Amino acid sequence: MLPPATEVAGFRAVNSMKESVVFEHVSKKFGNSFALDNVSLAIDKGEFFSILGPSGCGKTTLLRLLAGFESPDAGRIYLDGKDITDLPPNKRPINTVFQNYALFPHLSIWENIAFGLRIAKKSAQEIKSEVERMLILIQMTSHAHKKPDQISGGQKQRVAIARALVNHPQVLLLDEPLAALDLKLRQKMLLELDLIHDNVGITFVFVTHDQTEAMAVSDKIAILHKGKVEQIGKPIQIYEAPTSSFVADFIGDTNFLNGDVILKVQHDYSLIHVENFPNILCFNDKQLFKNDQVYLSIRPEKIHILRDKPPFNALHNQFAGIVDDMIYKGDHTHFGVRIEGHKISVTQQHSRFLLDEKPISWNDSVWIWWHADDGFMLERTSKSLL
Amino acid sequence: MRIFLLDKHIDKETATEWVLTLPSLSWLLIFFLVPTCIIFTYAFKPTDLDGGVGSGWTFSTIQILADPHYYLLIWHTFWLSALTTVICLALSLPIGFQLATVSKNMRRVLLLLIVVPFWTSFLIRIFAWKTVLHPDGILKRLLEALHLIDDQTTLLYHSASVLLVMVYAYLPFAVFPIYAAASKFNFQLIEAALDLGATQRQAFFKVFVPGIMKGILTAMVMVFIPAVGAYVIPDLVGGSSGEMVGNKIAQRTFAERNLPQASALSALLGVSILIPLLIVTWLPHRAKRAEVKVRNRETFP
Repeated sequence: MLPPATEVAGFRAVNSMKESVVFEHVSKKFGNSFALDNVSLAIDKGEFFSILGPSGCGKTTLLRLLAGFESPDAGRIYLDGKDITDLPPNKRPINTVFQNYALFPHLSIWENIAFGLRIAKKSAQEIKSEVERMLILIQMTSHAHKKPDQISGGQKQRVAIARALVNHPQVLLLDEPLAALDLKLRQKMLLELDLIHDNVGITFVFVTHDQTEAMAVSDKIAILHKGKVEQIGKPIQIYEAPTSSFVADFIGDTNFLNGDVILKVQHDYSLIHVENFPNILCFNDKQLFKNDQVYLSIRPEKIHILRDKPPFNALHNQFAGIVDDMIYKGDHTHFGVRIEGHKISVTQQHSRFLLDEKPISWNDSVWIWWHADDGFMLERTSKSLL
Repeated sequence: MRIFLLDKHIDKETATEWVLTLPSLSWLLIFFLVPTCIIFTYAFKPTDLDGGVGSGWTFSTIQILADPHYYLLIWHTFWLSALTTVICLALSLPIGFQLATVSKNMRRVLLLLIVVPFWTSFLIRIFAWKTVLHPDGILKRLLEALHLIDDQTTLLYHSASVLLVMVYAYLPFAVFPIYAAASKFNFQLIEAALDLGATQRQAFFKVFVPGIMKGILTAMVMVFIPAVGAYVIPDLVGGSSGEMVGNKIAQRTFAERNLPQASALSALLGVSILIPLLIVTWLPHRAKRAEVKVRNRETFP
C-alpha cells in the first residue's frame, strides 16, 4: 500500500540486503543489573518480528535502544547496514507505537497524524493527502476532528499506528500495543495489525509478554529471558522444538520430568529413566548419550487419554494412571493423571463423544499414551528450571 | 418513596455545602466585595478640606483620569508588568521542565532553594536589592571593575531596575504553577515527538508547552496581577522614572490625602486587570463549548 521508503533522512535502503535490523553484541546495564546481556539478533526486511518474554526480561529496553531513547553500553545496532547506534531518535527512520499510545492530547486526531509530516516540513497539500489516506486506512475519517480523549481505546490504537506509519518508517516498533485493550478488541486489533503489516510491507518489531499474540502474527519470535536471547525462530519452531527449558515452559503448558538417558534404542530414540516413573521412550535429536541428564518435556495436548488400554505400538509410551484433577474448560478438559510419583497434565479436545459416553472423571483408572516423537529432551546443565 | 429519599439526600448535601462555604463566602464579602464597592463609590465623591470624603456626588475625579499623564503611567505599568510576566514565564518553563524530570532527591533540594527566600520578609529582600544596585553597591563596583559599565551609569532608579527586581520577586509565583502542571505531564509524549522526528526544542514547544497550558495561564495571572499592583518595588528601586500606578495611588492617599482620586485610580486599575483576567478564563471555556458543539453536531446530524 505504501510506496517503499527508498531514502529517509539520508538512509538508503539497500534492496539486495536481507537484514533490516541487526543487533551486534548489545549490552545495557541499569545500575548493577544487565537489562540486556550481549544480545545479537537479526531481523529480516518486511518481517513481523516479535520479542517475547516475561516482564523484566529486557524486551522494552531492546525496543528503546532501537528507537534511540537509550544508548547501549556495548555493542552496535545497524539498520539496513548503517550503524545507527549513536543516532538520536529523531534522526532514525523508525517510528514507535507506544504502549499507552502517547497521542498528543492538545491536538486533534488529524493533527496527531500530521505531526511527523509537519516536523518534516512537507507541503500543506502533501500533508493533507497523506493524512487523509491514513485516515481511510484506519477507518477514522469521520473522527478526524476529535481530540484523543474523545475516542475509544481501539481507535486510539489505530491512530497511534497511523501517526507512526504516515512517516514511511523503515521499521515500525510496537511496544505492547494491545495491552490496554480488552480481550475481544485485542483479537480484532491483532488481525488488523497483521493486515496493516501485509499492506505496508515494512519491518514490524512487536514487543509483548503475551505468547498467543506473538504466535498468531509473527514471522519470527525472539524469546528473551533475563536480558539474554533464549531462542529465535518461527512460532512453530519455538513451540514444537524449544531449545531450552525456559522456552518450553514459557510458551504453552508442558510436563517436565527430570531424567537420565539410560539407553539408545535404534539410533534416533533413547530410553529415559525418570525416578518414580516407568521408563520413557523419547526422540533424541540432540544426540545425547548414556547418563546425560535431561529435562523431558511433553505438551499436554500431545498426550491421549483413554479408559481402555490402547493397542501396542513400539514408538508409543503407554502408562496407566488415576485421574487426580479434572477441569472442564469448554473447548477442552484438563486432566491431571497420577502415575506412580508424578502427575501428568493432559488436555483433551472435545468432540461429540463427550455427550454420548460417560466422561472421564475423578479417580477413574485411565490409560495415557503419546508418541515418542512428541516428547523432547532439553539438556539439564546449569540452567535451572523455573 | 425512593425519589423522596433521594431529594432529601440532596437537600442534606446542599445544606452541608452551604455550611462549608459560608466562612469563606462571608470572608470574601466582608473583606473583598464591600471594600471594593467602597472604593468604587469613593471614586464618585468630592474631597473635603480635612482630607476626608465629602458629601454629594461628582465626576471630576474620573475626568482627571483623562489626563495624558495617567495614560502614560498606566501604559508604563502594564508594559512593565507584561514584560515581567513574559520573562518570568521564559525562565520558569525550563525550570518547571527540569523540576519535573530530575530525581526525587534533587527535586526536593531545588524546590527548597526556591522556597528559602520566602523565609525572609519581602520588604527586606527588596531593600537588599536596593543595596546591591546602589552606586556604592557590590554589583555596580563589580561591573565597573570588569569595564562593562562606566562610573556614570546608574543601576538604581530605572524602569529596568524595577523590572529586574519584579522578575526576582514574582518568579516563584510562575515556577510553582508551571511545576505543578509539568509534574502531571506525561513525558512519554516528548519521546513520541522525538520519535516522530522532532528535535528536543520542537518537542518542548510543540508538545510540552501546550501540554501544560493551564499551568502557564495560572502563572500568567499569578505574576501579572501582583505586578500591576506593585508598590513597594517601584517605590524602593524605581525612583521617578520607574514609577507605577501603585506609587501614584499611595501618593494620592498618603501625601495628598485625596482619597477619591486614589479610589478612582484603584478602580481603574481593578477594571483594567479584570479585562485580561476575563479573557484568560473565558478562552478555554469557549474552546470547550465549541468542542461540545462539534460533538453534538456529530451525534445529532
